[in-house]
Amino acid sequence: MEHIRMPKVENVRLLDRLSSRRAVVGTLYLTATHVIFVENGSETRKETWVLHSQIASIEKQATTATGCPLLIRCKNFQVIHLVIPQERDCHDVYISLIRLARPVKYEELYCFSFNPKLDKEEREQGWKLVDLNEEYNRMGVPNNYWQISDVNRDYGVCDSYPTEVYVPKSATAHIIVGSSKFRSRRRFPALSYYCKGNNASICRSSQPLSGFSARCLEDEQMLQAIRKANPGSDFLYVVDTRPKLNAMANRAAGKGYENEDNYSNIKFQFIGIENIHVMRNSLQKMLEVCELKSPSMSDFLWGLENSGWLKHIKAIMDAGIFIAKAVAEEGVSVLVHCSDGWDRTAQVCSVASLLLDPYYRTMKGFMVLIEKDWVSFGHKFNHRYGNLDGDPKEISPVIDQFIECVWQLMEQFPCAFEFNERFLIHIQHHIYSCQFGNFLCNSQKERRELKIKERTYSLWAHLWKNRADYLNPLYRSDHSQTQGTLHPQIAPCNFLYKFWSGMYNRFEKGLHPRQSVTDYLMAVKEETQQLEEELEVLQERLSSLQKSQSGNNKVKSKQQDRNKQFGVYTSNNSLANTPQEYSNDLKSFPSRSPSQGDEDSALILTQDNLKSSDPDLSANSDQESGVEDLSCRSPSGGGCLPSEDSGKDSDEAVFLAG
Amino acid sequence: MEFSELIKTATVEDVLLSRQGLPDVRGTLCITSHHLLLSSRPRGDLELWLLIRNVDAVEKRVCGSSGSITLRCKDLKVLQLEIPGTEECLNVASSIEALSSVDSVMMLYPFFHRPPSLRLRQGWHPCAPERLFQQLAAQTSRWRLSAVNRDFSACPSYPPAVIVPAAVADDTVAKAARFRQGGRFPVLSYFHAKNGTALLRSSQPLPGPKRRRCLEDEQLLGTVVAEGEDNATTPLSPCRGRPLQESFARLVEACGEPAPSVERWLGRLDSSRWLGHVKAALSTACLAAQCLDREGCSVLVHGAEGTDTTLLVTALAQLILQPACRTLEGFQALLEREWIQVRVVFVMWRRVRVPAHLGALTQPPHGQAGHPFQLRCARSAASPARGKREAPVFLLFLDCVWQLSRQFPFSLEFGEQLLLTLFDNAYASAYGTFLCNSEKERRLCRLRERTPSLWARLEQPEEKHKYLNPLYSHNPLPLWPCGQPQGIQLWHAIPVPERRAQLRPAPSLAGFFLRWIRPCRHLDEAWEEMRRLVQGDKSSLEEGEGKGRAGPSPRLGHGTHAETGTGQGPGVGLG
Repeated sequence: MEHIRMPKVENVRLLDRLSSRRAVVGTLYLTATHVIFVENGSETRKETWVLHSQIASIEKQATTATGCPLLIRCKNFQVIHLVIPQERDCHDVYISLIRLARPVKYEELYCFSFNPKLDKEEREQGWKLVDLNEEYNRMGVPNNYWQISDVNRDYGVCDSYPTEVYVPKSATAHIIVGSSKFRSRRRFPALSYYCKGNNASICRSSQPLSGFSARCLEDEQMLQAIRKANPGSDFLYVVDTRPKLNAMANRAAGKGYENEDNYSNIKFQFIGIENIHVMRNSLQKMLEVCELKSPSMSDFLWGLENSGWLKHIKAIMDAGIFIAKAVAEEGVSVLVHCSDGWDRTAQVCSVASLLLDPYYRTMKGFMVLIEKDWVSFGHKFNHRYGNLDGDPKEISPVIDQFIECVWQLMEQFPCAFEFNERFLIHIQHHIYSCQFGNFLCNSQKERRELKIKERTYSLWAHLWKNRADYLNPLYRSDHSQTQGTLHPQIAPCNFLYKFWSGMYNRFEKGLHPRQSVTDYLMAVKEETQQLEEELEVLQERLSSLQKSQSGNNKVKSKQQDRNKQFGVYTSNNSLANTPQEYSNDLKSFPSRSPSQGDEDSALILTQDNLKSSDPDLSANSDQESGVEDLSCRSPSGGGCLPSEDSGKDSDEAVFLAG
Repeated sequence: MEFSELIKTATVEDVLLSRQGLPDVRGTLCITSHHLLLSSRPRGDLELWLLIRNVDAVEKRVCGSSGSITLRCKDLKVLQLEIPGTEECLNVASSIEALSSVDSVMMLYPFFHRPPSLRLRQGWHPCAPERLFQQLAAQTSRWRLSAVNRDFSACPSYPPAVIVPAAVADDTVAKAARFRQGGRFPVLSYFHAKNGTALLRSSQPLPGPKRRRCLEDEQLLGTVVAEGEDNATTPLSPCRGRPLQESFARLVEACGEPAPSVERWLGRLDSSRWLGHVKAALSTACLAAQCLDREGCSVLVHGAEGTDTTLLVTALAQLILQPACRTLEGFQALLEREWIQVRVVFVMWRRVRVPAHLGALTQPPHGQAGHPFQLRCARSAASPARGKREAPVFLLFLDCVWQLSRQFPFSLEFGEQLLLTLFDNAYASAYGTFLCNSEKERRLCRLRERTPSLWARLEQPEEKHKYLNPLYSHNPLPLWPCGQPQGIQLWHAIPVPERRAQLRPAPSLAGFFLRWIRPCRHLDEAWEEMRRLVQGDKSSLEEGEGKGRAGPSPRLGHGTHAETGTGQGPGVGLG
């Protein structure tokens, strides 16, 4: 609290990006964990809550006649534009937030104060939901070819690896240690995915310290052991996910890539995914496009193209497709690495696993996948997502890209995933929120030292508890898309990569479809289930009564009523719909009235009064999606629309719905 | 002219057909007056039909003793025929060229097409709904029926009876007409009952170089917006024909490129400017609708001639505001009255218990009122530069409707398949609905008596279900779409209600621009799943319908690819 210079500022204006006319006045509060903006006067007391850990940057702009503008950009792509009347207040808020948004020790993070009112046992149960031992067993290891190695039990070999890693049975401790000394940060080849069907596997490591000519016998033996663990194949793919130029440049620093001449029976392959710095800049450029005020179609498309973002997404996907194909179709094992083997390698291994194994496309399986390829293998969450104050050059949207790859796949295979887009968005949110302990620190070792499992809660349990919200209604475990390997279109497939406005313009509801097919179908599905149960009961009764027809007919007519019911439901959905600024293309339009452009941007995170008076901050995580949920799921929440004439609108809609 | 003169070679053996994303077929090629027919040999299990009118461009290449022909179809299909024999190849190519560009309307397939399940005259509703007029009369007394045009002196292309503001005298109207191109003075397109505002359309004013004004024109407009409301005239953003046609061609070319990089694709998408046109059209219509609904002012929409973008805007604005236009029937009626005829005006003329001085006016109204489909849709994307009169304005409209349906997936009763079918039929059809350029021409050709109506076909129950959106539920509110770039997408895949028979290539789900290019089985499956959820397993029962029809011949069969319900009907093939 000592960092808060200014706990409360009144008469602050919150601007709307899409329409400068639609600003709201309210009070700004700074708390130990959140920035809160409470709108004045409105009956619903609209509130915007932002966790400090979500703040990516704060920009204080030049004072104008109306006050001092403060721009807060969030890691979940929310942009908040405030105008504070007094320059001094603005400065105090700015200084406070700079400090609050950049904690220096883990203990300052929200997860250590967050208390969802679960007892100890529930907390422990939560952490047990995702169990990697179980997962490796599910894959079919240990077996004749693979065993668990305790060589890293005290993090003695590699401090960014987990204690338990799977290696080929023929790889002795000597070979592992020897190989690790020849690998950057000692990240030796270890099993990421094992394909029970044909013994092919995906292994991961960091780059070899080969320089221009160095060799390492143990490392060569290690790769041979991996190849031999797949008796069906006489060679091994080694995939370097870096552009060739980058890999070659690394040789000068004594690192580099495998020389095919030194390793027996490997096929070496570059797949050019750019490094974290390129990706950071690319995202930055794309977000600038998202932030443009009333861009023309051309501004937007040109900006999107120029950012290169979709090209990078495609590169990651292509690498995943290559590996999945090698494993599933050719039956060849693959060793994947990049430089340190914790960014691109994690992306590529997890995309490939997702394509290969339907289990990872279920909700539980997806949690397991992130736990396995990202958390346990030491993806540097703290550095990449800037949880603690650190080097800004370490920050990069690595897992964001993976999440987008999953979304792009969901768009191509609408029935293949058990979860929906909301699930992905909430995971992305919590990677940055630091509300749960899962993604803290840079490695398993650090997390153990911090006693994360005793002191914080698990996100997976939280998501699992609310899994009804995250289901994809089109998913069926017996559907063909949920079986076996997914084969995304290879060519011509570039049309398939689409801008994900649900993520990057997540808080601007005006840009999204106004009616959610997912939610509608989910409701239909639930309804149908109920009816089926009812039908079953009736049929039982029927057979016991030995009477025909009457019971059945009742059910049928009810089924027809269903449409009517949903009719009301869906018309309410469109309640969140008022005209937007349409005149941007039409510069010469003469008469503009002030009521114009009253589009209901959901820039504001709202939560109703009940929630805000509840100190249980788990509500906060949901509140971010609250608008989303309210606007598409519970029409009665229509009052939360921040538009000026929403009152009028909702009256109208309620009246019509009634 | 006899068709036989145009057909230089009627049959060629051993022709190889290749299509995007589908297995090659070898067989015998036959050319008939209106169709290209390929029956597979030796098994003869496959018959593929193409309406020759659907051919947009023919490219031939001779190489040694054989030749190949590339057919670029108006619906964006590309077919490749390999023909043994140089002479045969050239003959086939020139026959197709000649047959596909037959000038005379009366020679077109709809005049020969006699679908067994349809009666002629069926579905040719003379845009009936008299309810609409009654509604208008019940809602307002501000409009009256005028006989100012009884001898077509005010405007030769308007009907004799027109609706004008009640407060305006006939001679004022007559003078105002002289100030507008073609005499097309402002008439009522849509009356927004909610707040009594009106959507009007006209042709452009003729102020001339001296910036002449016309008091009567101003007065006519002035009375519409009487009672102290604000008036707004909406300048249309220029979606003129030529650039639009070029934009369409560039986009289709970009879609056809085999494997561009992501960046190149985005670059070409951008430089085609198509989405910019969509955005502008949608925004203009929204603005007009917003003025009517939110700001309580009446709107006059005009382009140059008032038959292209004008209609686009007035029709879209009604779709945005008027829930009745969003049903299958309502949408058909909207097309009839905004694009094909000018209904409100026309209805008036029919409705009136004709006063004595109008008694003589039983002849049809003259001139062009609706969209000149025949001119605008003569060529598709493969021939951008050929004519100056082609313009995909109707496609732009359909694209905008698709954007609405994507943003409001429950609010339109019809699905993407209807939009695709409408496009296909506007460009090449077995039905007379989109033939000719004006009511006058339609009457001269006696379309109603001599060609079947597309609407009649769409109304057949086994057809109709394919065009319905199972997620539809009535939405009484206006649909305010997002006009930002993030909200506008290339007309891509959204699930549409169609099932595919095994042999039949119908990659229907890739939206419009990529529909022949991008396979989308997974989206098909998603559609099925959706349907299964919403309707139970009904759809699987309907699957077999329409199959097993008696062996078709080109003259008897139904002839377009709109005909997707049958297993082997003519025209379903070659795709």
